[in-house]
Amino acid sequence: MLRDLFSKKKKYATIPSEEAKQEVPEGLMTKCPQCKSIMYTKELKKNLSVCDSCGFHHRLTAYDRMDTIFDPETFEEFDHDIIAKDPLNFPSYQEKSKADREKTGLNEAIVTGKGKIDGYPAVVGVMDARFRMGSMGSVVGEKINRAIERAIEEDKPFILFAASGGARMQEGVFSLMQMAKTSTALNRLSNAGNLFISVMTHPTTGGVSASFASLGDINLAEPKALIGFAGRRIIEQTIRQELPEDFQTAEFLLKHGQLDRVVERKELKETLKTILSIHSPLSEEAVKEQLEPNEQEV
Amino acid sequence: MAEDLPFEKPITELRGKISELKAFTAEKGIDLSGEIEKLEARMEQLEEDIYGNMSPWNRVQIARHNNRPTTLDYIERLFTDFLELHGDRLYGDDEAIVGGIAKYKGRPVTVIGHQRGKGTKENLRRNFGMPHPEGYRKAMRLMKQAEKFKRPIINFIDTKGAYPGMAAEERGQSEAIARNLIEMADLNVPVICVVIGEGGSGGALALGVGDRIYMLENSTYSVISPEGAAALLWKDAGQAQRAAETMKITAPDLKELDLIDGIITEVRGGAHRDVEKQAAYIDETLTSALEELAEVKEEEIVQKRYEKFNNIGQYDYVNGTNSVN
Repeated sequence: MLRDLFSKKKKYATIPSEEAKQEVPEGLMTKCPQCKSIMYTKELKKNLSVCDSCGFHHRLTAYDRMDTIFDPETFEEFDHDIIAKDPLNFPSYQEKSKADREKTGLNEAIVTGKGKIDGYPAVVGVMDARFRMGSMGSVVGEKINRAIERAIEEDKPFILFAASGGARMQEGVFSLMQMAKTSTALNRLSNAGNLFISVMTHPTTGGVSASFASLGDINLAEPKALIGFAGRRIIEQTIRQELPEDFQTAEFLLKHGQLDRVVERKELKETLKTILSIHSPLSEEAVKEQLEPNEQEV
Repeated sequence: MAEDLPFEKPITELRGKISELKAFTAEKGIDLSGEIEKLEARMEQLEEDIYGNMSPWNRVQIARHNNRPTTLDYIERLFTDFLELHGDRLYGDDEAIVGGIAKYKGRPVTVIGHQRGKGTKENLRRNFGMPHPEGYRKAMRLMKQAEKFKRPIINFIDTKGAYPGMAAEERGQSEAIARNLIEMADLNVPVICVVIGEGGSGGALALGVGDRIYMLENSTYSVISPEGAAALLWKDAGQAQRAAETMKITAPDLKELDLIDGIITEVRGGAHRDVEKQAAYIDETLTSALEELAEVKEEEIVQKRYEKFNNIGQYDYVNGTNSVN
């Protein structure tokens, strides 16, 4: 036994043959970036993209996120057709946006719309970090504001899932001003008496963290999500001191009083439902009743 | 004498020559007034050429000039009875932001601004004008107080940005900035913002949700410092100059893009060359802005501010008239 542990025997890496490579279709398996275990992508998806062995929350695309939250067939998208302009004539910005549109099948870094969560209606925004790092340019700001206006009009709660690197450099001050734009809209929502739940996912940083993401009546975050304003590298350079490992994680923020709760993904739908039901004018029975005819149709 | 910047070198040299000649005249009693006049005319032309055609990077340098007047320099000249008030009532007093009550032409106002230091010692105390969360929270407390007592609010913006430090993150840097944005949106008194130096990122915007936003001619307003932008975009902070040009951060650029309400003329060569005169230029703008805003009814002011910010942004439609696809 012990000898095995200390054995010096050389291990050889095996190079998969061309055939072997072809046998495993791309995307069939996924490797967990945290614990390195390999699992079936299908199984992972069934588990809401949370690693079975270590609990790592894999990133979700905007539409996958919706599948984990909304009752089937209840989601209706708003403003799908808005795309980025290039107000500063920034070198290669147009090409990059176009490439991201093609790569992700999204028109921008956020999808907005309305849907039902266990029967409770809500207007939502879901960001997608694959599109220009989920950065906030004019389109993100505009879509958020339009969604907020819909929430006010239809008297519904508003839920936003943040996933963003912050401001979008290529839109300069237009991008910075989206922080003010979305916050002034949230102020209207708040004055109208509507509920706003902010769910911070990995990552929620920079201008997004310093605007709408922090302004929920209730602020939730997924475990281990990176959340903060200034980048870790910049801080390290400024203070010349190593930062604690959990720095700017959801858990760090919870400890420092910046979050209401850290919620595991498998608990998220239930948590949102509970919050919605507490803020809903409808009784739980009324919500169930209105659910039933739908179920019969299906 | 103000320190001169590299691009001002021809002016500095010529100015040196003129004063040499003057000294010579005084010392030796030889009349050189003809020469001096000629040189002064050339000086006039040279100043016009150089200051009239400043590149974005030249403006960045002026905005960062060591002797550039600060918030307190303007408060001293524009207001009477200024009484500085301290503390956020939660944690501490951040000297990177100053604020208090004062009178402007006899009328009560609240005035707040980022405060850089003069010299190393004061700069350390004021953290080079880069606020911690306490600064934003103090500013918010004073703005709420202004609202309660129906005083207009005047904010001077002059910061490289929020302080990138561990303590700032621990104490809720993001939340403090975000809180200011949403609470400022709701103030039912006029808010006037003047960018007097650097307007850097969220640290600047946290005092920037106003009914009027003005910039001094040589000030900048940006989503990130040119150095930061260069590091992010081209992985080379040395390309700051290129970033300053690409990012459209100067007052003329931002006026052109309709992101600010107006440019306040600057003293030729920069505000630091004549603080009194510069304060007078700001005075003119403040007076007319306050007059204009006094016309807006209290119940309309929040709505108008919402509309102002809601209109910021440029976008297209996939298959619409503006489509780029």
